[in-house]
Amino acid sequence: MTGSPLIRALDRVSIPFLGLLAAIAIVVPVLNLAMSPLSAWYVPTYLVSLFGKYFCYALLALAIDLIWGYCGILSLGHGAFFALGGYAMGMYLMRQIGTRGVYADPILPDFMVFLNWPALPVYWYGFQHFAYAALMVVLVPGLLAFVFGWFAFRSRVTGVYLSIITQALTFALMLGFFRNNFGFGGNNGLTDFKDILGFNVQSDATRAALFAASVVALGIGFYLCRVIVRSKFGKVLIAIRDAEARTRFLGYRVESYKLLVFTVSACMAGIAGALYVPQVGIINPSEFAPANSIEAVIWVAVGGRGTLVGAVIGAILVNYAKTTFTSGALAPYWLFMLGGLFVAVTLLLPRGIVGGAQDPGIAQPRPAE
Amino acid sequence: MEPRTTSALLYLNGVTVSFDGFRALDNLSLAIEPGEMRAIIGPNGAGKTTKMDVVTGKTRPDGGEVYFDGTFDLTSLDETEIAELGVGRKFQKPTVFDSHSVENNLRLALKGDRRARKALSWRESEDERQRIDRLLETTQLGAVRDTIAGGLAHGQKQWLEIGMLLAQDPKLLLVDEPVAGMTDAETRQTVELLKEINRDRTLVVVEHDMAFVRELDVKVTVLHEGSVIAEGSIDQVSANERVIEVYLGR
Ligand SMILES: Nc1ncnc2c1ncn2[C@@H]1O[C@H](COP(=O)(O)OP(=O)(O)OP(=O)(O)O)[C@@H](O)[C@H]1O
Ligand SMILES: [Mg+2]
Repeated sequence: MTGSPLIRALDRVSIPFLGLLAAIAIVVPVLNLAMSPLSAWYVPTYLVSLFGKYFCYALLALAIDLIWGYCGILSLGHGAFFALGGYAMGMYLMRQIGTRGVYADPILPDFMVFLNWPALPVYWYGFQHFAYAALMVVLVPGLLAFVFGWFAFRSRVTGVYLSIITQALTFALMLGFFRNNFGFGGNNGLTDFKDILGFNVQSDATRAALFAASVVALGIGFYLCRVIVRSKFGKVLIAIRDAEARTRFLGYRVESYKLLVFTVSACMAGIAGALYVPQVGIINPSEFAPANSIEAVIWVAVGGRGTLVGAVIGAILVNYAKTTFTSGALAPYWLFMLGGLFVAVTLLLPRGIVGGAQDPGIAQPRPAE
Repeated sequence: MEPRTTSALLYLNGVTVSFDGFRALDNLSLAIEPGEMRAIIGPNGAGKTTKMDVVTGKTRPDGGEVYFDGTFDLTSLDETEIAELGVGRKFQKPTVFDSHSVENNLRLALKGDRRARKALSWRESEDERQRIDRLLETTQLGAVRDTIAGGLAHGQKQWLEIGMLLAQDPKLLLVDEPVAGMTDAETRQTVELLKEINRDRTLVVVEHDMAFVRELDVKVTVLHEGSVIAEGSIDQVSANERVIEVYLGR
């Protein structure tokens, strides 16, 4: 426990993992852009985008693992923070369309013209600036998590009750975003993006750059999580997970710890959503679907909660399996397979694939006294 | 801060706690003097643990006064604030952080700044390192300092929890059934440990084990159905008819 917390986070686990991410962030775009499509080394653009998407999911999984694996907060509504970050980015992308939309209105996005809205709603102001949108990507999920957590943790809502209200939160947001008068494009959401920071979102180079950005964001998120969990703060988080009442009687203000880590986690989820949207080209209210949040928790469980690396591996593996199966004859059975996978992992590999090899394992949570 | 109203370190007056009409504590009054070690005995369900819950802010009493150090009204503070005042607690069921090492359990309990932001940039000082070494020595856990606490034997867990209490450097220690599940040898060692702790701290020890209470050789309070029925030396209370009736008449 000596040395600066920023350096302490770089250890046997982190350095190779971060090195691998750095290599991926450089090599994959190069193989996509510099190689001839005929070369055996060529990485097709669709794969770049597909894996870019997976890396965004991995960042979301990391955010979930930070609070669930280390602090025992099982959020079944983290998809909401992801989607909010996605919408903030989507709003920026919508405003970049300008006169290239179907109705060619320089200010109003198409759906607003279609709904006969006379002017841009105030909460859309500023989103034409990338910096402002980027700020909102972090601020909106962070603020929502802070307010939500402030009430929930202060009134000591824990365990399954907390999970249920996080589900309710994302469900309520979904219903809200489905409404046209909410001002976010109703059930169609935001789509038909043209460019980002002046670059065409469809071009190979932009896609490769977005891929690299996603990997870099994952690396930064991972490093941040390592700094947190290796610090004394992280030890307190584990203490709260193991025996919350004991932690309180030692004089720790448990709700402050939970609130801080929950807010950081929501901000990470927001960034993941923001990187995801330009790569998939659309954001709509189905991103708030409660099932999405549950799926993300399954990625973490499969990879191994409380390990960080496991969350990343779980997210990528499960989503790769999902892509493979849902594009074949087995498509209708995917949800059964996901459910079966979850049950199998819970029974056979309760610590997931990575299984707490490098960190104190997950002890079965138990109530104090 | 109000003026001091009592010389007692811990002062309970007329404390009542009801759970759905059932009175777990019934007009309980008790005063613990600074430097004292007090044993509290009583049959199952007498309200011994509930009394600790009230003192540590886990349970709010329906009525009565609870003062710490003569000035702090504990009924208006929460667990964290009460812990910060210097009240430490050992649970009836040993409660340590199972996935932390013995050393990290002590480290987390060590008195210091508890704020979340400070914990992010915290670095251990030489003084803290030495305090941990001393605690490991006191609790005889030096050999298992790197062991994950969840893997400790029952008796060692009890000792670790007492060590964590000491690490907090509290003025008052509330110790709920410290020798439950311990061998005779371990029990004897625990008596020594508690006596050692009592040299500079005030303790309230709840225990069922009569032999252990006799060994402690301190003033005993007998609780029954939420109130005090006898107080005095172990010989005095065990000669008390009410106590005999409560203990044997069950
Ligand atoms: N949260 C609660 N809700 C309802 N009843 C409770 C609660 N806590 C304690 N009780 C009841 O209050 C009474 C006193 O319990 P307490 O745990 O204080 O007894 P105790 O003296 O510590 O007993 P033991 O020796 O078994 O530990 C018991 O009858 C118990 O069932
Ligand atoms: Mg008890």
